[in-house]
Amino acid sequence: MTNHWVDIKNADIVLIMGGNAAEAHPCGFKWVTEAKAHNKAKLIVVDPRFTRSASVADVYVPIRTGTDIAFLGAVMNYLLTEDKIQHEYVKNYTDLSFLVREDFAFNDGLYSGYNADKHSYDKSTWEYEIGPDGFVKADATLAHPRCVYQLLKKHYARYTPDMVERVCGTPKEKFQQVCELIGSTSTTTRAMTIMYALGWTQHSVGSQMIRAGAMMQLLLGNIGVSGGGMNALRGHSNIQGLTDLGLMSNLLPGYLTLPGEKEQDYGKYVEARALKPLRPNQLSYWQNYQKFHVSLMKAWWGDAATPENNWAYEYLPKLDRGYDMLQTFELMSQGKMNGYICQGFNPLAAAPNKGKMNASLAKLKFLVVMDPLATETSEFWRNFGEHNDVDSAKIATEVFRLPTTCFAEEDGALVNSARWLQWHWKGGDPPGEARSDLQIMSGLFTRLRALYKKDGGAFPDPIVNLYWPYAQPQSPSADELAREYSGRALKDLTDPKNPATVTRKAGEQLAGFAELRDDGSTLSGCWIYCGAWGPAGNLMARRDNSDPTGIGQTLNWAFAWPSNRRVMYNRASCDPGGKPFNPARKLIAWNGSAWGGADVPDYKADEDPALGMGPFIMNADGVGRFFARGAMAEGPFPEHYEPFETPLASNPLSPGRAETLNNPAARVFKDDRAAFGKVEQFPHVATTYRLTEHFHFWTQHVRLNAIMQPEQFVEIGDALAKELAIADGDRVKVSSNRGYIKAVAVVTKRLRSLTVDGKRLHTVGIPLHAGFTGLTKPGYLTNTLTPVVGDANSQTPEFKSFLVKVEKV
Amino acid sequence: MPLQSLDIIRRSATTTPSPQVRGSYTGTVAKLIDVSKCIGCKACQVACMEWNDLRDEVGSNFGSYQNPADLSDQSWTLMRFAEYENPKGDLEWLIRKDGCMHCADPGCLKACPAPGAIVQYANGIVDFQEENCIGCGYCVTGCPFNIPRISKRDHKAYKCTLCSDRVAVGLEPACIKACPTGALVFGTKEDMKAHAAERVADLKSRGFDQADVYDPPGVGGTHVMYVLHHGDQPQLYAGLAMDPRISPTVKLWKGAAKPLALAAMAFTVLAGFFHFVRVGRNEVTPADEAAAEKGS
Repeated sequence: MTNHWVDIKNADIVLIMGGNAAEAHPCGFKWVTEAKAHNKAKLIVVDPRFTRSASVADVYVPIRTGTDIAFLGAVMNYLLTEDKIQHEYVKNYTDLSFLVREDFAFNDGLYSGYNADKHSYDKSTWEYEIGPDGFVKADATLAHPRCVYQLLKKHYARYTPDMVERVCGTPKEKFQQVCELIGSTSTTTRAMTIMYALGWTQHSVGSQMIRAGAMMQLLLGNIGVSGGGMNALRGHSNIQGLTDLGLMSNLLPGYLTLPGEKEQDYGKYVEARALKPLRPNQLSYWQNYQKFHVSLMKAWWGDAATPENNWAYEYLPKLDRGYDMLQTFELMSQGKMNGYICQGFNPLAAAPNKGKMNASLAKLKFLVVMDPLATETSEFWRNFGEHNDVDSAKIATEVFRLPTTCFAEEDGALVNSARWLQWHWKGGDPPGEARSDLQIMSGLFTRLRALYKKDGGAFPDPIVNLYWPYAQPQSPSADELAREYSGRALKDLTDPKNPATVTRKAGEQLAGFAELRDDGSTLSGCWIYCGAWGPAGNLMARRDNSDPTGIGQTLNWAFAWPSNRRVMYNRASCDPGGKPFNPARKLIAWNGSAWGGADVPDYKADEDPALGMGPFIMNADGVGRFFARGAMAEGPFPEHYEPFETPLASNPLSPGRAETLNNPAARVFKDDRAAFGKVEQFPHVATTYRLTEHFHFWTQHVRLNAIMQPEQFVEIGDALAKELAIADGDRVKVSSNRGYIKAVAVVTKRLRSLTVDGKRLHTVGIPLHAGFTGLTKPGYLTNTLTPVVGDANSQTPEFKSFLVKVEKV
Repeated sequence: MPLQSLDIIRRSATTTPSPQVRGSYTGTVAKLIDVSKCIGCKACQVACMEWNDLRDEVGSNFGSYQNPADLSDQSWTLMRFAEYENPKGDLEWLIRKDGCMHCADPGCLKACPAPGAIVQYANGIVDFQEENCIGCGYCVTGCPFNIPRISKRDHKAYKCTLCSDRVAVGLEPACIKACPTGALVFGTKEDMKAHAAERVADLKSRGFDQADVYDPPGVGGTHVMYVLHHGDQPQLYAGLAMDPRISPTVKLWKGAAKPLALAAMAFTVLAGFFHFVRVGRNEVTPADEAAAEKGS
């Protein structure tokens, strides 16, 4: 989230699109009902299904799954043509005036630099025009044909209400109603928040859907303001923490990145990331990259990370490619990965194409499952009749099950969607032989280290030198780790302006990442968390909910990264002179000598606004970008591409081209491409989702949840039910090209058929929660049906759009 | 009822006068269910089972989000889901938390023949005292909302207690505490009516011209009220009663018929007495005795 849960109460318009907050985030949804009840807010829900969120919405608009870019692009077209944009904001805080290189081009759905054989782009032309002074050229009049404003206008002029009706199946008058509501927030005193989740991320163009939403918010001046923002609702209680700590194959903690295999040179690795300003007087905060990186390396390797060995740079793996989950399982499927440690993950149920997953797990030599429950993955080899029909005798994989504790059986911090690190205390002892993940990993590590010390090996250094200063090496405490990721001084730190003054004594906890140094004198395991356990102690454990300004800014409740800031980019809530755009909801303001207010300023604390520093300080140009340059795999502006399993033969926005039917930059493995189905055999559009009553594949083990939602079902619209003579409560078989499931049919008006490109289309809704273990009625794993293809940037699987056939059984 | 800290103002099948010392000086209580804020998450159902230590069976799906399928001796509250296409052609998914309405004039209590099996407290809560219940099911007939359920296990009647045990010690009912969206609120009936009026005004401003509070006069008003978008059509909400009243049979039986029945009973007793005085006891003849012994 750019903003936070409580701040949603300040919204004038709440747009829920690509998510179903009432269903998946019922507790956070309270702030939507607050906004409605006390701020007269209007709730808009755009979704293929009439959801629980839609049940309390002022406006519900149906959309075909996977077509959100067509919808959002057309909203942007409306805002631009009807002049519903926040002029002062976009002029000063975005790249609309920047000029783009002459050789940048977009034709018929493809950007310049496409390589059809490799399904990827040479992105060198996706760049601003740089002047002789090294800064981006700009045209403040916005008249230049190659300024971002003109390119943006031209790009989305093709996204008309007619196109929305044709591609999304959304009735024009409904679309118009949504445009008008959204456009009403282009004033300085009204704000719209966007709440989205996996309904946007789980598409082959998911990242670009989110970008389209963010661009719309920039046009309206809704980023950085109270009641606005792009608010990603995270799907697990600590998934935000997981991302922050870099548990993706290409990330290091705090969104630092692992080097690629071509980056053997440490200096060049840092240089490529320590971005120099692209406009005059910009902060370009990533210039501090090395401070964060060195402090991380000190946390990991302590004294073994020295200036002489480039802070142990050679210990870091250099990636030849991303090792996301789809890549991992592809390697497993090819027999190239023989062992797998599965920690808090149930891939048989959670990864696409269960058939492939089953076969892949069967090829492993060993599988270690660390989980509090007996997951489907740990039982993949066992025959559960029709629900898991495997021949156990033919599976040689050795499975180790290591029972772990649940969150309530340990201390620690969970990071919520609002970036708040909230400390929690152990509520009880774990049952039986369960141990915490920390104990299991530490046990494995200390034994491995002993083996490496004894036997040596090709490259034992990163393991034998790992900094492991914990009181009980077999069981580090949550406190010790928290102090470490927050960070401390390793030597006395002195004031650079006055070297005689010691600002922080050796061994003291640091107050924030501004204190981090690149000379090895500081340690911090995750720079964005720096200060969470500061000199004053554990700020994550704070529980003071006082809200002096009444706009929900409870700065003494827990700790929000970065720097306890609650609304990111809050500098953009003020006009260029530093005066709040909306006097009723002031976040910060310039008082003539400093910035301050209800939030921690996201800006240089004493920067005179007259000097023109932009509010987006992490960007080298200081502005919010419509033109993504080379940051995205498939292009600088989001463009609509069909899901990989599409009911259409051609992309209505770039008709007649095979390479633009689906995301041209997506990575698809050969066997997975062969497993895609065609609309002729699988005529219905399907989407998968969660239910309020369950949490993934966990709560089917909990009696109360099982009572509330006891049996697997699929939802079909009454039109399709009539066509197939299916009655409410009948059993149906739903097949894709990869397998089938059988479940009870819930026949409903909430899934309406849509007319798309002249064709009548039915949507089939398939909840995720079913499995062959637990207390609910045994069921099929829903991901038996889903295709293996990910978003071209994040490789998040396309769980939300694929093709199926429904039959009565 | 040893833990009782409130006066019982009415008691089923009891003619002795009720205690009146501990009045409800702060007003009677009420639960307000704002259907327009409810997302049907069922947290109230879970909280009810947890607080009251109930566990319904893990049932099956019958083609609906509604689970368990109906109220039972283990499910004292239940979300009922209804789909409604309004005249404008827009779909509405009306989700209503069903359960005891705690009528001011409770049909169940009126119908109940077992002394003290159903009571009404001074704060308005209508409670079942299962230890006195004889399992006759008259409360089911007497209820205009079809709420009480007879347990197959012990043949006694069960329903929502409005967490009388929690309310008695100053806590809100468990469902209220669990509700994440503020759709369920609890307080004095007066406060709840004021809050409901604000909600109705908000709904009217959003185009629901017929929004209204559901506090049906036919049962003397209720201590569980609804805010409905379509106050004129409560039946849209999974068949909420339009104008609930205590059934005429129960009314007749416990109303006008009751003195007559008592008079008839008194007459029978008197008649028996006079028969005894005048005729003496019924004697069995020796012949009858012999026949009985032979088993004929």
